[in-house]
Parts: sequence; C-alpha cells; structure tokens
Amino acid sequence: MLNVSKIRQQFPILHQEVNGYPLVYLDNGATTHKPKVVIDAIQQYYEKQNSNIHRGVHYLSQLATDEYEASRETVRKHFNADHVHEIIFTKGNTEAINLVANGFRTLLTSTDEVLVSAIEHHSNIVPWQMACESSGASLKVIPMNDKGELDMKAYESLLSNNTKVVAVNHISNALGTINPVKEIIQLAHQVGAAVLVDGAQSGPHSHIDVKDLDADFYCISGHKIYGPTGIGALYGKEEWLNKLPPYQGGGEMIATVSFKETTYATLPHKFEAGTPNIAGGIALKTAIDWLNDIGLDNVIAYENELLEYATQELAKIEGMRFIGEASNKAAVISFLVGDIHPYDMGMILDKLGIAVRTGHHCAQPVMDEFCIPGTIRASFAVYNTKEEVDRLVEGVKKAQQMLS
Amino acid sequence: MASIKDIQQDIIDEFDMFDEWMGKYEHIIDLGKSLPLIEEAHKTEDNLIKGCQSRVWLHANKQEDKVVYTADSDAIMTKGIIALLVRTFSGQKAQDIVEADTNFINQIGLKEQLSPTRANGLVSMVKQMKLYALAFQSQN
Repeated sequence: MLNVSKIRQQFPILHQEVNGYPLVYLDNGATTHKPKVVIDAIQQYYEKQNSNIHRGVHYLSQLATDEYEASRETVRKHFNADHVHEIIFTKGNTEAINLVANGFRTLLTSTDEVLVSAIEHHSNIVPWQMACESSGASLKVIPMNDKGELDMKAYESLLSNNTKVVAVNHISNALGTINPVKEIIQLAHQVGAAVLVDGAQSGPHSHIDVKDLDADFYCISGHKIYGPTGIGALYGKEEWLNKLPPYQGGGEMIATVSFKETTYATLPHKFEAGTPNIAGGIALKTAIDWLNDIGLDNVIAYENELLEYATQELAKIEGMRFIGEASNKAAVISFLVGDIHPYDMGMILDKLGIAVRTGHHCAQPVMDEFCIPGTIRASFAVYNTKEEVDRLVEGVKKAQQMLS
Repeated sequence: MASIKDIQQDIIDEFDMFDEWMGKYEHIIDLGKSLPLIEEAHKTEDNLIKGCQSRVWLHANKQEDKVVYTADSDAIMTKGIIALLVRTFSGQKAQDIVEADTNFINQIGLKEQLSPTRANGLVSMVKQMKLYALAFQSQN
C-alpha cells in the first residue's frame, strides 16, 4: 500500500495555491514534478561534485564521472538491458528518436518503408518524415480503431520485406492506450525490421524490459519520470548502435582526430558529443531509484485505481465523452464535454487551480482521426489523490455551468 | 463614433463592475455568445489564424476611410476577447488602429488572454488587424 500523503510531502511544488485554490496538478503526461531528493541531487552536484566528465585526472572529475556512469548503470538495470554501453544519454525522448531516425537516413533506400502508428505524438512522426524525405523511403501509418487501439490486422498487412523500421509508442500521450509492443516487435522482426519504442509515457507507468520485449531501441525522458528536464535515455541493441552513424560531431565522441581523418569513440560515447547534462544525468539516477523504492507495481496499481475512479466520476457528468477508450489504458483520461471547446474548459479549470492539458497534445493526426480540435487531458502521477479527482469533477461541472 | 481610447475606457469601466474573475469570465462568455458571426463566405482558409489552442477567423474590409472587421473563433472565451477587439477597432480610421495599443485587456484583468504563450491565436489576430489597417492606410 502506498502512503500517498507521505509521498506528497516529498514534492515541495505541490504545496502552493494557484489562483487562490490549492494546486491540483493533473498535467503529468507533460511533465511530472520532482521529489526533494532529485532537487537535492542537482544542488549537491553543483555544490560538491561539479566538474567535466571523462577527461580529467583530478579528484572532482573522477567523482563526477563515476556518478554519471553510475546513473547509466541504473538506467541499464531499469531497462533490463544486457550492456551498459547500450545506454545513450540524450537531452530527452525527442532527441533520442532524432538520433536513431537521423542515423537511418543513411541506411534507408527509396524502396524501403517506415511504419509509424496513427496514435503517435509529433516527436515520433516528424523525425521519421525527415528520414524518409532525405532517403526517399516511404512513411506508412498503422491505423487505429474508434477506441484508440491499433488495428493489428492492418499492421500485419502493412509489414513486408520493404519495412525497415517500425516506430511506435508504448503508451499514447493523447489517449493513454497501452500498445501491444511485444507483439508489434515480434511481427516486425519476422520481416527483419527494427523497432523503436517511444517510452515517453511508459517510463513512469510501466515496467520496461527491453530484453523481454526484444526492442531494438527504447527511449525515455527524464522529466516525465520525476527526474530533471534536459536528460533522457536511449537504449539501442549493440549491433544497431554499431550500424548507425554518429549523430553529432565534437568532443567526447572521438577516438583520434587529425585534419585528415577522425575515428569515432566506441559505444556509448560515439553518440554523446560534447559536455552532457551531467547534473541531469546524475539526478536521473536519483529519480529512478526513488521510483523503484516506492515500487513500480505499487505505482501502477495506485494509478489504475485513480484512473478507474476518475473515469467513473467523470462519466456521471452530462455530455461527457471520453476520447480513447482502449481496454488497456494507463493514467491518462482525454475527454470533451458536450460541445464545449477544450480551451474554454482549460481556462476555467486553471482559474480554479486545476492544471490540465488542453489542445491537440502535439498529436494533431490523432485529433484529426477523431475529427475534434483537441481534448482536455487529465494525466495522473503517484502523488495525485481521489480528492484531487473530486476537485477536477467539480471544476468540470462549474465550467460546464458557466459555458452553457 | 467614439474614439478607440473612449471605447477602451468604456470597456474598463464595464469590467470594473466585477470584483472576481468569475464575473469577468462570465461576461466574456456572454460577449462571445453575442458576437455577430463572420459571414460564412469569409470563413476561409485565407482568413484563418491558427493558434495551438483555438482557431480564429478574421476578415477586414475598407469602407471609405474606415476599417470594418468581422471575426469568429471556435472557442467561446477567445470569441469574447475578439468581441472586445472588434468593438474597439472596427469602424475606426486605419491610422488610429495602427497607432492604438491593446493595454486595456491587461487593465480588465485578462492579460493572460493576450499572452503569446496561450497560443489561442489572439496575439496573431491583433497583429493581423493592424496589418490590414496598415495596408488600407497605404492605399490612401
């Protein structure tokens, strides 16, 4: 059992008033707040450890390097990856996808195909569009049904020997759908395609086991799993990371440099040009350790309870329409009420101290599929409570009364 | 016709009647409901200003030396602010529109509505209103 009030005490930001009301923060799909231990880890780094890593023989440099590399090991363990050099630090999930998609520009040819799903956010669409544009490959879309689930039959029929990459999210940010990634990967591997799993939303809400999934690439953002912004992690199978060309050039990613020729560093440094976000990397470890201390199983069970309660209470509101009703869902409720525009609803909820996301959630194609301008999205984290769900429900009712 | 400044002052006085945000918002919502809609023929892609959160249509035409605006939005709060902007600027001389400011929105306590970060299309709409005025002015 989780002691939620004890967990809440660890988040300084939650204890404030917004527009005269105690803050209700339900925009965790955009970013989660940070527990005090993570904030302290950042401060401690700058107060006691700050130094550039991988290049100094002095004490502080060694210390910072050890801490940073310990974080890589923590991510490896968290992902259940075989090798620590299969973990690349990036500035976030988006950069991780760009790193891979950019590498594929040189591997794809004009007869090749890249598959993305209809429920991707822009970060897992645009980098692949760019890769297709420069290589001449084509982008195909795995459709969804009206519940917001991927059409697996259609997926199977899209797969062919021309399919080189399949890029899908583990959990949809706009709808909360949990995709059957293991099955998606198995099917893709039958035609020899590589699979990138975008774990931006799954990081805080599910176990990640790249070995069990047999994922070729898997990425997360630190700031969505209670860690700092500006840090993320990419897992890539060793053989794929060796195949991909470097992403950026600079210090750290080289073995030798002369004006005639440069040779690249081995993994993972080949993909980590320049001084990284050292403080972020170190604090990411703190965040993952914190999450694992609470226990992901506890988190998942509690968030499911919140999701169920919120769905049940919101459903009582007249005109309530849920967008995305997949049978397997995580911590996200997207909805509309009658013909109220999501922006109007969001403005009034904000005035009531309730933070939700409104709009297309950087997933315009998903909204186009449902023929709606956007949704109101409440997304939960481990520190949310049923009382906060009640505040949301009251807020929605108040807004409905004002707007109709 | 009253000057832009006078109309803006009227609006500030009108909003002074409400002590709380809720009254102000309800008033804006009422204004949003009452705005005469743009003619369907003018609700074109060309006249569309895409905000990340809401969409705005703006049409302008010149009547003698005055600029007449009609506008619409899919979000009612946005439409309410549009009603205030149209009330202030429509029927005014092009030069006066170009020179006018929109500070009255801050003064009525709805500053956030005209913030670029809201991405509701209103900032672009004000810019577009002024650009129309500037274009008509240079035709004179």
